[in-house]
Amino acid sequence: MAEEVVIRAEGLTKRYAATVAVDHIDLEVRSGEIVGILGPNGSGKTTTILMLLGLTEPTEGRAEVAGFDPLREPLEVKRRVGYLPDSVGFYDGLSARDNLAYTGRLAGLSRREIDERFTEALARVGLPDIGRERVGTFSRGMRQRLGLAEILMKRPSIAILDEPTATLDPHSTQEFLGMIRGLKTDGTAVLLSSHHLDQVQSVCDRVALFNHGRIALSGSVTELAQRVLGGGHVIDVEVRGAGIRDRLAGMPGVVRVQELGPELYRVDCDRDLRPEIARLLAPSSELTGIRFAEPSLNEVYTRYFDEVRRAA
Amino acid sequence: MRRSGSPFTGVGIVLAKEAADYLSGARMWLVEALVFLTAIAAAYAAILSIRANIGESPFLFLRLLTMAQDPLPSFIALLGFLIPLVAIAIGFDAINGEFSRRTLSRVLAQPIYRDALLLGKFLAGLLALTIGLASLWLLVIGLGLLLLGLPPSGEEMVRMLGFLVATIAYGGVWLAVAFLFSVIFRAPATAALAALGVWLLFALFWSVVTPLLATLIAGPPEDIFGPNLAYLQTAQALDRISPNTLYAEIALALLQPSTRALGPVFYSQIQGALLGAPLPATQSFILVWPQLTGLVAAMILIFAVAYVAFQRQEIRA
Repeated sequence: MAEEVVIRAEGLTKRYAATVAVDHIDLEVRSGEIVGILGPNGSGKTTTILMLLGLTEPTEGRAEVAGFDPLREPLEVKRRVGYLPDSVGFYDGLSARDNLAYTGRLAGLSRREIDERFTEALARVGLPDIGRERVGTFSRGMRQRLGLAEILMKRPSIAILDEPTATLDPHSTQEFLGMIRGLKTDGTAVLLSSHHLDQVQSVCDRVALFNHGRIALSGSVTELAQRVLGGGHVIDVEVRGAGIRDRLAGMPGVVRVQELGPELYRVDCDRDLRPEIARLLAPSSELTGIRFAEPSLNEVYTRYFDEVRRAA
Repeated sequence: MRRSGSPFTGVGIVLAKEAADYLSGARMWLVEALVFLTAIAAAYAAILSIRANIGESPFLFLRLLTMAQDPLPSFIALLGFLIPLVAIAIGFDAINGEFSRRTLSRVLAQPIYRDALLLGKFLAGLLALTIGLASLWLLVIGLGLLLLGLPPSGEEMVRMLGFLVATIAYGGVWLAVAFLFSVIFRAPATAALAALGVWLLFALFWSVVTPLLATLIAGPPEDIFGPNLAYLQTAQALDRISPNTLYAEIALALLQPSTRALGPVFYSQIQGALLGAPLPATQSFILVWPQLTGLVAAMILIFAVAYVAFQRQEIRA
């Protein structure tokens, strides 16, 4: 059974006087899916998030979040959505528990639910035993984790994370990405805005690339790579033998061959040439692996914006 | 377009959290301590003076609030001067502080409207102010009981209660001003300076400005037939733009029962009156009703402007 669409935007537009911040975007996110939204600063990502949350009114178009219209039923939407802004802020003078109890009460949780969920959420984000400490003493990483704990306490069907790892060190980032994957395991749909393309690629099922308020590209990373990098079939070949590079380059349909290591070759080709490569190399060489290489989102992103700049 | 759900959802939660913050915050303690010490000192000095001639007035407790004893001004003069400071201290970073702490989007991502946040914060500020003023009011009465050895009369209690309500409304006006600037200016320091600027204008300079404006509008104070009534009325109307003036008039009429009119009085109006005889409390309340409603209306109006400004703001850090 196809997963339910939990976020749907149709022609969503936001104008500030003469400036078009978001320009007729269409977006769909299904339950249990992690969708990344990428794009340069000012490309409309945060404005889109704010419209989906009902925190700013769209000028045109409509959205549906968790089955509700954020414009007319923002409270229903916000009951079902957890939001983590970039550099999340807390009341420094209050303890972690008091901070989360406050938003928990606003979210409609009872005192008992807050007590139960607080301990569980803190354990999940790796911050047990800090409930009574003042947030003013916390590092940025701890604050981000606490922000995620707030989302976990709410048990939303959708989590919207706006550049959640922007201020984290590499180790904390990896841990945080693991927690985001945990949300997916819970069945929560995640909309993740980030500038860290490798991170987006490592956790997202699909991505939407924003440019000048429009979604320029959307789909899985492989789909984007096919559209932006051309051909789109990148095959990694692990093989030991002589003259491999020349033999691969001579095959019809091969665009380029790169030698990534002593026994590892990357082949760009215009179609799936895995059977042909296997037939060519297996008899005379020691072929140990042949698989599609994951295209790099970084490469897709860079190539796309290079082309946009050239076209301009 | 109609939105579902009540705009007041969450007001109580915001109110409880903010009131706790205000009442336990170091800033509030400092300002309250300043007001308490100076006001109690003024009341104490007044009591010492009253004890020397205790039989002179039937309204001893009211004199305790209105009597000035060098070098201290009277209790009500001190309150009129310091209450705006307390209100500004409470409200100058109410909204912009949420922006600078980056808590606003996180809080508004919860199922509440921004109406609830603003109203909850304002009511919490008003509650903190009310608790502070009511404590001070009770302290002064207690001090009077101890040092004068007499209980206040029923009429004195009614008048003092009316004065307490007026003081809360006066504080509410300045709280609304502080909230307005906290919405308009993103930097809390700028908001505080702007609010203090308005306070200084009305506390110190307004009485200098109004005669000049009244002269421009209605001509000189005196003409060949004597006092220029148009000038007097214009000056008074301009004066009453200031919440300080409205508050001072309420204090005068309620705490000095012999006050029979606020503003120019004609001979025809005082024919048959026993000068110096006190008015009944109900008559004094009728006298100050416009001023009292004026303060409440000013508070609501300024809060409404802040509300509209806040509704139009983008919620992003």
